[in-house]
Amino acid sequence: MAFWFEQTLNGISYGMLLFLLAAGLSLITGLMGIVNLAQGSFYLVAAYVGLAVINRTQNFFLAIIIGAAVVAVLGAIMQRFFLHRFYKNDLAQVLMTFGFLFVFQDLSLLIWGGSPYLLPAPTFLEQSVRFGDIIYPSYRLFLILMGLIVAGALWWFQERTKIGAIIRAGVDDEEMLRGLGVNVPLLFTAVFALGAALAGMSGVLGGPFIGVFPGADLQVLLLGFVVLIVGGLGSLRGAFVGALVVGLLDNFGKALFPELALFTIFAPMALILAIRPTGLFGRAL
Amino acid sequence: MKRGFIWVVGALVLVALLAAGPILSKYQTGLLTQVLIFGIFAMSLDLLVGYTGLQSLGHAAYFGMSAYTIGIVSKRLTDNFWLDSAAGLIAAIVTAAIFGVLALRTSGAYFLMATMALAQVLWGIAYRWRSVTGGDDGLPGISRPDLGLSNFSLWDTTNFYYFSLALMLLTLGALNVIVRSPFGYALQGIRESESRMRSLGYNTWWYKYAAFVLAGAFAGVAGLLFVYYNSFVDPTELSVVLSAEALLMVILGGPGTLFGPLLGAGAIVFLRNIVSGLTDRWLLILGSVYILVVLFAPRGIVGEVQSWMNRRPRATPEG
Repeated sequence: MAFWFEQTLNGISYGMLLFLLAAGLSLITGLMGIVNLAQGSFYLVAAYVGLAVINRTQNFFLAIIIGAAVVAVLGAIMQRFFLHRFYKNDLAQVLMTFGFLFVFQDLSLLIWGGSPYLLPAPTFLEQSVRFGDIIYPSYRLFLILMGLIVAGALWWFQERTKIGAIIRAGVDDEEMLRGLGVNVPLLFTAVFALGAALAGMSGVLGGPFIGVFPGADLQVLLLGFVVLIVGGLGSLRGAFVGALVVGLLDNFGKALFPELALFTIFAPMALILAIRPTGLFGRAL
Repeated sequence: MKRGFIWVVGALVLVALLAAGPILSKYQTGLLTQVLIFGIFAMSLDLLVGYTGLQSLGHAAYFGMSAYTIGIVSKRLTDNFWLDSAAGLIAAIVTAAIFGVLALRTSGAYFLMATMALAQVLWGIAYRWRSVTGGDDGLPGISRPDLGLSNFSLWDTTNFYYFSLALMLLTLGALNVIVRSPFGYALQGIRESESRMRSLGYNTWWYKYAAFVLAGAFAGVAGLLFVYYNSFVDPTELSVVLSAEALLMVILGGPGTLFGPLLGAGAIVFLRNIVSGLTDRWLLILGSVYILVVLFAPRGIVGEVQSWMNRRPRATPEG
């Protein structure tokens, strides 16, 4: 009983991290049509930066802000000066993000070395919470809370603000948006930066939980892809549901069948591809 | 004139490759063998990317499946070259058949993600399933096959080189026949405009699927050569890095030219060799080359050369 409870919460908290990453990815792909293969790299770099900030200032929340900000700037530069040259040439942009994936990966290895690190959680979250017989780390509950807050904020932003409406319009019909006089290049850069920032937040938040290590970028990128394949692109709801599904399956897979863990990821992905290729809530792009 | 030029260059390269065996040192022969192996791999991907317009980010899956299957079967079941190779190629083909059914349900961004994710799942399985695959330690000690020919042992570097060369020429020949056939032209039509091909009555899904499986099969041939060349296989052969290197070879060489990816393979293998001798930062260089190629030579070497040749103004108007 305790086992199932713990694993479910583990899966949900992991899912929240994946949601942040996937939401960013979905936003970028939905609006610009390109798959940002460097999304995992933003996760990685932000986690390392966050670690450095914590080591200097002991302030976890500052680490989240600075980590997210740094990768948002990186993303903005990447989009503005490299990707945007190939506006309309989706393949060229994807290949570029591929190149950046390796550049970021190797530079991170160079700067921060190959040892895995676990970011220290804020002290007030270091204890565990009791649910009757069950003891559960409060940091993971915090993650679930953060995930819900960000999901709510993103939903409000998308549905209730003018910029959100502009983005939704852009996902629907980008040419029309330009015709209406919106500064689309600026919008693209801003959204790319936002997507990167979300990945960055995920990186720092995930630091005390998963840690940061070479290869984390590809690991979360893969899971992010599975989330979007399952949940669908261009949909916040899809990213959320997909992330929960993948988080739970990945976690239970690792807990129950450690050697074959990835089969539990493969199965829902294959199922969705076979039955509903645009994902549960996605749209064809 | 231009067609003739390419054939002349091709013939010269072929002669050079044939003569190279006894001339070069063991190290150089080995390097050239790697070029041939990755050349086959890159050409197989070109069929998908260059001719059909399907950008697969997970092509290493079929390369690695073939390599692993041969490794596992040859170490645990039988030494017989023909059985082992058949097992490897069948594994590559079956994997492509399964992944193709899944991935081709999608298009665009979904297709990119699906091909990459499917290959990554295989990578993860190879990494974790220590009891079968050796995990990240891999499977060492795979012996080179005995072809049953006296005096021709594949353990000899030069012999293995010619074996690889033969397979590369077979692959090049087969792919050439394929792309110049009506089937091949249909693929190119799909690349240009799938909707138009459908309105012309083509069942585009079958064409794409056939190309996908064929590409996987030839990737399996490359994987076969690889595992025998190195006597070793590990999860790297299923990795994103390998898929990325193959894609770069295609793009650098020139997608849709077959010969281009072979050149691209040469360039990347040489570059990787030079770079690893100087620094550990191969991935940084790989990523930078990616960015630079996209920025400055999007048609690849052969593509840029072809368009340069086409740019020269004609002195007299066409007939």
